[in-house]
Amino acid sequence: MAAPLHTRAAGLDRTLFLVVPAALFMLLVFVYPFLYGLMLSFTPTEGGALANYIKFFTTDNLWPTIGTTLKLAMPATLINVGLAIPIAYQMRRKSPYQKWVTTILVVPITLGTVLIAEGMLTYFGPRGWLSQTLQFFHLYEGPIRLTHNYWGVLISLIISGFPFVFLLILSYITGIDPVLARAAATLGADPWQQFKQIYWPLLIPGIAMAFCLAFVQAFSVFPSAVLLGAPQGPTRVISIAAYEAAFEQYDYSLASAIAMLMGFVQLIIVAFVLGMRRVFYRGPVTGGKG
Amino acid sequence: MNTNLLARAARGLIWGVMTLFLANIFLMIAAVTTSSIARRWLGTFLPDGYTFQWYLDAWKEFQLGAVLWVTAEVVVAVVGLSLLIGVPAAYALARRDFIGKRWLMLLFLLPLMVPPITYGIPLATVFYKLHLGGTIYGVILSNMVPALPFVILVMTPFIEQIDPNLESAARVFGASTRKMFWHVLTPLLAPGILAAALLVLVRTIAMFELTFLTAGPDSQTLVVALYYAVFAAGVRAPQSIDAMAMVYMVITLIWLLIALQFVNPTQLVSRVKEQPQGA
Repeated sequence: MAAPLHTRAAGLDRTLFLVVPAALFMLLVFVYPFLYGLMLSFTPTEGGALANYIKFFTTDNLWPTIGTTLKLAMPATLINVGLAIPIAYQMRRKSPYQKWVTTILVVPITLGTVLIAEGMLTYFGPRGWLSQTLQFFHLYEGPIRLTHNYWGVLISLIISGFPFVFLLILSYITGIDPVLARAAATLGADPWQQFKQIYWPLLIPGIAMAFCLAFVQAFSVFPSAVLLGAPQGPTRVISIAAYEAAFEQYDYSLASAIAMLMGFVQLIIVAFVLGMRRVFYRGPVTGGKG
Repeated sequence: MNTNLLARAARGLIWGVMTLFLANIFLMIAAVTTSSIARRWLGTFLPDGYTFQWYLDAWKEFQLGAVLWVTAEVVVAVVGLSLLIGVPAAYALARRDFIGKRWLMLLFLLPLMVPPITYGIPLATVFYKLHLGGTIYGVILSNMVPALPFVILVMTPFIEQIDPNLESAARVFGASTRKMFWHVLTPLLAPGILAAALLVLVRTIAMFELTFLTAGPDSQTLVVALYYAVFAAGVRAPQSIDAMAMVYMVITLIWLLIALQFVNPTQLVSRVKEQPQGA
């Protein structure tokens, strides 16, 4: 990759104008609404500046949504990352099936949360194929309940989130020079030791990044929590609360406050994970190349 | 000997888990497919008979024609505008170092790190104030918020790979910036632009949250129309919802397979990853 060109021409560099439309767009359509929302959240329809936040933390169907969302997003992200690491490690070498398996694993990305919900309602439902097969072989009697509850939402988060995490971690693993592992193998390290001593330390920054991005996706779960879960009960996640405030009660001020809290909780988790990364950090992922 | 056995067991377990995962997903898709062509399917293993009637029903009931047209308009506008604004910005970011570049990169990274609902709700509020909410323009603008940074993140490392001497040569021969862009850079960038366009296209078709928050009744894209169909299930035959879901899946799948011809998914992510480090 070529290093950025340093042209210190006299006066203004006209190339820089090329970045202006994009920067302007982001300021107008991303930053301004965000700040507007922040201001709006402090100007409630009634009460003082903090009334919305006080309302959120004192209303019984609002504040528990943070816990509900975390209870779904955390396990889903941990499972996705935990499954993706060993599978991606298996796939680290170029092989005829590497391309095939990645292609097949990418397919669920196209399904989108809504289609996954519809598919799960059909397939995992009380009269779906899974239920019928299990009953046919007498593996499990009685109806299995995997939709309209916590488990349905969790499963859909795994289906929609896993391919993304897998691709991300695979690209980090294939970015590590295999020469390092070969050197370790010459010294008698078996695959497990290679993973523990070579790959794992180099992978930590990548895993932290993948964890954060996957968590962002899982934390904003919305359609599957409505369609597959129990949106009034155990899967009333924070985005449902925000949506209801905005588009059912038309209290945009409260909705903005909930959205801001959502971003805040999200940011704490991301900051924590990236902070942990620093504790474990030992060197750049691409170290040892060239 | 013992570790060898363990390693083999671990590998078997990994393949087993992966096969189980994929098998269930494909059975799930198969279930939707079967249901969409089933005449009547109530609690039996396979339906009584098969028909394509539900596709016709879905077409009429859900105004699929209109929905598909809106989806195409939104996707074309989002892809076109994001490229038009994003590629020049990526060029400036790849070729120049300037004060505040880190902040600008942060500005372009942030929309990918914040959940769409978080900024979607304030955005929708602003749009409804400006009478943009519920219109197709609002849908296009809101979908560009994640699309534009995505284009910039994909294109910046791509442009960095291109030898700046080619541009200098064009300059020596008296090409203006505009001419240099069209006759030298665009042909060289074509593969990268194509990749970015296809990925933005797939993402925009699948983007639910932002479209859902900003769309009105006649500016719904396919994925939002599908959500409302599933949400209001019970009123309509499940088969015709499944037919609609199939239409959605086939469209995204075709575009994804086309995209995969031009993009190696693993390389793409690592390019995106290396970028912020300025590698």
